[in-house]
Amino acid sequence: MADVILEGRDLKKYYPVTKGLLKRIIGWVRAVDGISFTIERGKTLSLVGESGAGKTTTAKAVLLLEKLTSGTILFEGKDVYRFSKSQLKTEYRPRVQSVQQNPWSSMNPRMRVRDIIAEPLVVNTKRTKGQIRSRVLELLDQVGLSPNQADYYPHEFSGGQRQRIAVARALALNPSLVVLDEPVSALDVSIRAQIMNLLKDLQDQYNLSYLVIAHNLATVRFMSHSVAIMYLGEIVEYGEAEELFERPLHPYTRALISASMLTLPEDEDKGVEPIILSGEMPSPLNPPPGCRFHTRCPDVQDICSKEVPEVRVIGQQRIKCHVYAEQ
Amino acid sequence: MLSIMPNIEDKTRPKISGLSRRAHIMRSLTCIVPLTILSLLVLTAIFAPWLAPHDPIKVSMTERRLPPVFMEGGSTKYILGTDHLGRDVLSRAIYGARISLSVSLLVIAITASVGTILGIAAGYIGGRTEAFLMRFTDISMSFPPLVLAMLLSVILGPGYITVVLALSVLGWAPYARLIRGEALRIRNSDFVSQARVSGASPMRIMIKHIFPNVINPLIIVMTMAVGFMILAEAGLSFLGIGIPPPDPSWGSMVADGRGDIDRAWWITTFPGILIGMVVMSGNFFGDWLRDKMDPRLRQL
Repeated sequence: MADVILEGRDLKKYYPVTKGLLKRIIGWVRAVDGISFTIERGKTLSLVGESGAGKTTTAKAVLLLEKLTSGTILFEGKDVYRFSKSQLKTEYRPRVQSVQQNPWSSMNPRMRVRDIIAEPLVVNTKRTKGQIRSRVLELLDQVGLSPNQADYYPHEFSGGQRQRIAVARALALNPSLVVLDEPVSALDVSIRAQIMNLLKDLQDQYNLSYLVIAHNLATVRFMSHSVAIMYLGEIVEYGEAEELFERPLHPYTRALISASMLTLPEDEDKGVEPIILSGEMPSPLNPPPGCRFHTRCPDVQDICSKEVPEVRVIGQQRIKCHVYAEQ
Repeated sequence: MLSIMPNIEDKTRPKISGLSRRAHIMRSLTCIVPLTILSLLVLTAIFAPWLAPHDPIKVSMTERRLPPVFMEGGSTKYILGTDHLGRDVLSRAIYGARISLSVSLLVIAITASVGTILGIAAGYIGGRTEAFLMRFTDISMSFPPLVLAMLLSVILGPGYITVVLALSVLGWAPYARLIRGEALRIRNSDFVSQARVSGASPMRIMIKHIFPNVINPLIIVMTMAVGFMILAEAGLSFLGIGIPPPDPSWGSMVADGRGDIDRAWWITTFPGILIGMVVMSGNFFGDWLRDKMDPRLRQL
């Protein structure tokens, strides 16, 4: 049995849609609709999907910024929602940190870098000022910034540098799990590789676990050990990263991979056709019956609009699709 | 292809920079002039005993309603003339700056602190706390301030403390409104949720994250309020529910002289000019600050 650090079981998050003066509930937005996943110690799980698929809601739930409608989150086997306030403060909060998507808004513009990085230490530990000071300098060094930048304000840095600061803040307490919400999508393409390399090095060095939220498959392929593809609040395909990219099964996964690759002239000669999805993702307020993907699926069958597909295990992959029903 | 770009820039650059330099000077004037006036007046208030040529409350019945020095019959003894009791208008105006400015600064300090604390609490905590605080604010704003001031002066008797209280009791409400709006905006920002992930307590978030980010609009509204508070104090003194005689405030000087306006215009005019100067300086400086610091802020 693998060493699991975080497990999500049947997570659901519905937002009520209200109408009128009395706030009558007229429907539910099913942002996350029954997803399950596990993250092993020292490994990376990526949640991939279009915007609106429920990735960020899942990340917020893990960070306890959103309360789930139902489902359990187990941290090292313990139910996070059963933690008392003091247990949360000592056993969960300090050990689960995050790096956000937008490095321009994730830092208080009125605080110096020194204080931004020190905040988790000040809040959670009883270190002296001197100890905090030296820890901040150590962290700056680890993320490749120089100690004399500690007294600058965030606006004096570039996007890539800011994201390094955000990483330093996330590492301040030696966390076990770091939630990376689109860690590089706001950065220049030329900077992305640097930050991804930094994150990978830190993972090896400290045996960190990552929950990565991404829509860019190139990022995911480079960083992940396992990948969950999300569509409209559900996980449609879930498996080891290598295998999933080599042998994508779900039509949606194939479309995503196809969309992220450049189509070369020789591919066209070989008859490899890009899969282009038409239309937009349906509203999570009123998801299509049957398989939620059937409105856009290139391999759609009659059964797809009638029956909800079961989760099937093929090889190492769990997938939710009727195409593989007979196999 | 690329060489076209610098040409376009060269043509437009001198014009733009010429215009902007002039605009720049005008803009910095709206900061320098009011700031100079305000600081001169504050210095005058502080050093009043050394600056005033006469005792501001000393009555001299033989020298009543003397005109200022530049008019026929005026003397260098009373540069701005005397009032209906023979008191020196210049000395009274200098001492009046003490009361008028200190009342307005004190009231602004009180109202801004109370309003900021309540506004941040309402905006960040939300829910019932917010509903309660904001309804309370609405009630305060709908209450006629003059009636309350009269009530207070009847209960407490007119005086310095009464004036400060009367202006403060309702004055915090606009601050609470403004700061609540800002706090609401900041509450949903990424760095606040990041602070929550770091384990920061609500108190810490309000003090370290929300408060520093509402300072800009707060300072702007505070500067704008300087003029308003002087006018309000003048209004109360004019109605006789402000600073009681014989202590001079600009408002009470205007009130005292209004019966004599046809034969001794200087008694009301000089304190009136001072009030106008402070109000305009406060407004111009506040405007400048607003443009400088936060173009998003709407006027209250």
